[in-house]
Amino acid sequence: MAKNSTKALKELGQYIKKSLGSAIVMKVNIDGKAELVLHANRTKLKELMAFLKDDKQCAFKQLIDICGVDYPERDERFEVVYHLLSLKHNNRIRVRITTGEDIPVETISGIFSVASWFEREAWDMFGIFFDNHPDLRRILTDYGFDGHPLRKDFPLTGFVETKYDEKLKKVVYEPVELMQDFRNFDYTSPWEEMSDMQQSGSKKDTKPQFMGSSE
Amino acid sequence: MGVIDKTRHIPQGQDQNALLGAVTTEMKERGFVLAKADDLFTWARTGSLWPMTFGLACCAVEMIHSYMSRYDLDRFGVIPRPSPRQSDVIIVAGTLTNKMAPAIRKVYDQMAEPRWVISMGSCANGGGYYHYSYSVVRGCDRILPVDIYVPGCPPTAEALVYGILQLQKKIQREGSGRIIRG
Repeated sequence: MAKNSTKALKELGQYIKKSLGSAIVMKVNIDGKAELVLHANRTKLKELMAFLKDDKQCAFKQLIDICGVDYPERDERFEVVYHLLSLKHNNRIRVRITTGEDIPVETISGIFSVASWFEREAWDMFGIFFDNHPDLRRILTDYGFDGHPLRKDFPLTGFVETKYDEKLKKVVYEPVELMQDFRNFDYTSPWEEMSDMQQSGSKKDTKPQFMGSSE
Repeated sequence: MGVIDKTRHIPQGQDQNALLGAVTTEMKERGFVLAKADDLFTWARTGSLWPMTFGLACCAVEMIHSYMSRYDLDRFGVIPRPSPRQSDVIIVAGTLTNKMAPAIRKVYDQMAEPRWVISMGSCANGGGYYHYSYSVVRGCDRILPVDIYVPGCPPTAEALVYGILQLQKKIQREGSGRIIRG
């Protein structure tokens, strides 16, 4: 298991799935060359995490990151992605679960204490609610901030901006008023050969679009 | 260099030696010298511009460069202070966020008059790269009255030194009767 080959990772994935059953680990994937991904059941997350941490063959003792992904077209619009590292076996693993706006995810801060702040960040940025979290407050955005900025339906410029009010002698919030509308340019040059990624990304807007101008 | 100002009251080179010689003989003969109070005040103010340390992002690194031995702001009497009570100028070096805005205003309000503000880099000047962001102040002049804008992303250490020299010029020009602002 020490070697970080695709075959070894596949075996590890199968081992985890066999040990926990397909009710907990729904799907095992190898992304790219050697990235082991588990699609897991949200309700059994704690059991899975405890297993990944404590099992001798896994030993994923470190939680590297928790992040959210927003897919507005889905029924359960969010995915929560956990990245784990095993220093012992020199392995990394990714665990993905799905959740919705009003579906809580069980906190794993009891298993990895670092998860507490990562979950606060996911709550702040996406509004993913974590059940039984010791202190689920916003972590990055302004005090009294409204909304969750990394959601796809959150406008880039937000709703308020700050300025110092000479009369009130304090910093006040007021609705955003932009001097210059945000402009979206297509930077791909027709003279250069495009990669697949560039092509698929620029399909929507093939010519420069000005949000402010009328069509 | 373009930094040496011909309109300054202290002449350069040979003329300076002559002036200093005249002042010394006057001191010896009469025991006192006469000068305009205005000039004396501005001379003192330009010679000891103590900046409030306010590094917010990568601009702070360039600001640190200008403090360190290569550019050595110390030779202009510019010594970074950790307290607004001891500062004459605040250098806003980096992205000013909405969350930081009340804090920077509070620090500025605590500085004693006369006080000046240098806005350093694109972000502090007008939001820069983050102009359309939901969390960034579109220019620190929405919060503080800025005296000198230093352009760049980030500006070089030299550019900041130039900005400080420009501020010295401004102080000399406006004299001791600086209008106290809110």
